[in-house]
Amino acid sequence: MTVPIDTPRASEAPGPTAPREDTSPDGPPLVDGEVPVIAFDRVTLAFDDNVVLQDISFTLLPGRMKVFLGASGSGKSTILRLVLGLLRPDAGRIWVLGERVDVMPEADLMAVRSQVGMIFQDGALFDSLTVRENVGYRLFQEGDVPEDEADARVDEVLGFVGLSAFADRMPSALSGGQRRRVAIARAMAARPRMLLYDEPTTGLDPITAMTVDQEIVKVRDLEGASGLLVTHQLRDAFFVATHEAVRGPDQAVQFVPASAERLARTEFVMLKQGGIAFEGTVDALRRTEDAYLRAFLS
Amino acid sequence: MKTFVEWIKNALLEVQEYLRLVSQVGRALVSRPFYGRDVVQQLDLIGVGSLTVVLLTGLFTGMVLALQSGMTLDQFGARSIVGRLVSATMVKELGPVLTALMVTGRVGSGIAAELGSMVVTDQIAALRALGTDPIRKLVLPRVIAGTVMVPVLTVVSNGVGMLGGMIISVTQLRVAASIYWSNVVDGLYMADIWMGLIKPVVLGFALVSIGCHVGLRTKGGTQGVGRATTNAVVTGSVAVLVLDFLITKLLISVLY
Repeated sequence: MTVPIDTPRASEAPGPTAPREDTSPDGPPLVDGEVPVIAFDRVTLAFDDNVVLQDISFTLLPGRMKVFLGASGSGKSTILRLVLGLLRPDAGRIWVLGERVDVMPEADLMAVRSQVGMIFQDGALFDSLTVRENVGYRLFQEGDVPEDEADARVDEVLGFVGLSAFADRMPSALSGGQRRRVAIARAMAARPRMLLYDEPTTGLDPITAMTVDQEIVKVRDLEGASGLLVTHQLRDAFFVATHEAVRGPDQAVQFVPASAERLARTEFVMLKQGGIAFEGTVDALRRTEDAYLRAFLS
Repeated sequence: MKTFVEWIKNALLEVQEYLRLVSQVGRALVSRPFYGRDVVQQLDLIGVGSLTVVLLTGLFTGMVLALQSGMTLDQFGARSIVGRLVSATMVKELGPVLTALMVTGRVGSGIAAELGSMVVTDQIAALRALGTDPIRKLVLPRVIAGTVMVPVLTVVSNGVGMLGGMIISVTQLRVAASIYWSNVVDGLYMADIWMGLIKPVVLGFALVSIGCHVGLRTKGGTQGVGRATTNAVVTGSVAVLVLDFLITKLLISVLY
């Protein structure tokens, strides 16, 4: 089943996930007339007796970002794996880029995954490949891109994350922060329509974490990719939500406080005991009176 | 009792998952994409990489076989036919089995450790996320390389084993080289050659696919990788010996 969708970038309709306007039996629910790039509909997943997600529903519109917060084991990373079809839900429906991935055969999922980039917690770079080969993996191995074009794109994304000088190094020769940035470069090399970040700053010192946060903001604002960010690092989550990347007159990238429109394009989702305890903008999160959320934010 | 039932259930689950992997490998073999460069790389790693250990194993096995059988044949005054015994034993039995066991120790453990590390560091998940089927990219090239190279290594081992037998026959048993080689040829029938070629194909497939299966089922971080490596060697070695018996029994009824 294929639901044709166009690829609109960020619309003018900010705000929390809008209520459904339509739910057809085959296609994803429309939100404000737009087809979401991700739609979860009452998704449940348990590992043996441990219910990780219970009746989770949310949508992500094109060009937007959702930041998933929650305690360890609350199911944040599981959501990303469900999006990619690396895990299958026990119940519920999942649409990614208009396709039902929860029932899709593994072979067909490859086409969906080719439009999604994922940054794993520790980078998950391939040990036996150089930085250049890691970054260009999808282009060299899976795409039909001419080699010189693939090389040019690899140089471009390595320059984007500031690691051009490290192209011929092996992953073992990189620092933790550099590995995460290479992982971001690898994920964005094939120009995916959406990026998934799984705890991209965990275990990094604050300065290195900031460089990774800036890459996330750059990819969102300058490349226009939609994104899901899973983290429990509040400082990083708030930085990503409250800043935007712009190019200065000299084309240098600058990070400035986000405009009201930009602020509304990043939403927070708080997971608690398998369910969604909060969903809204950064301002709504700051104003919340919920005791659990207040405790988490403090 | 409950533990025993659990053990049986887990064993059946492992067998089911192994058969599923084998069927996925079969499907990957007849459909695209096919990663030819990885196959060549694995042919080199498994074949050329195992050459030294297989040469040494074959040489010393042939030498000790000549020494031991020479002593026994002496009791019947039949020392001159030592070549017949060395060739038949090497080609039909020791060549395939010892080569498979050595490759299990070297390659099976390596595959389990490599794939296991990739599982626990999310590299397998990253491969899938990048649109690559790990069965096609990682398992199929290794299985093809193992199935092709173990028979080649076995032939090399057999040859070196017979050479080792000749060295001992000439230097220790005082049997002329011409008589030794004449007996080597006389002791072999076409059925023996077929047995010596069919066995390592099956053993090569089994030991590599078991290494891949155990590696891909790794759980529990670096400790799990260590467990997977041990399991791959133990399971692979036992499988080699059990399969050797079964194939021998089958081939005897078919070929002789």
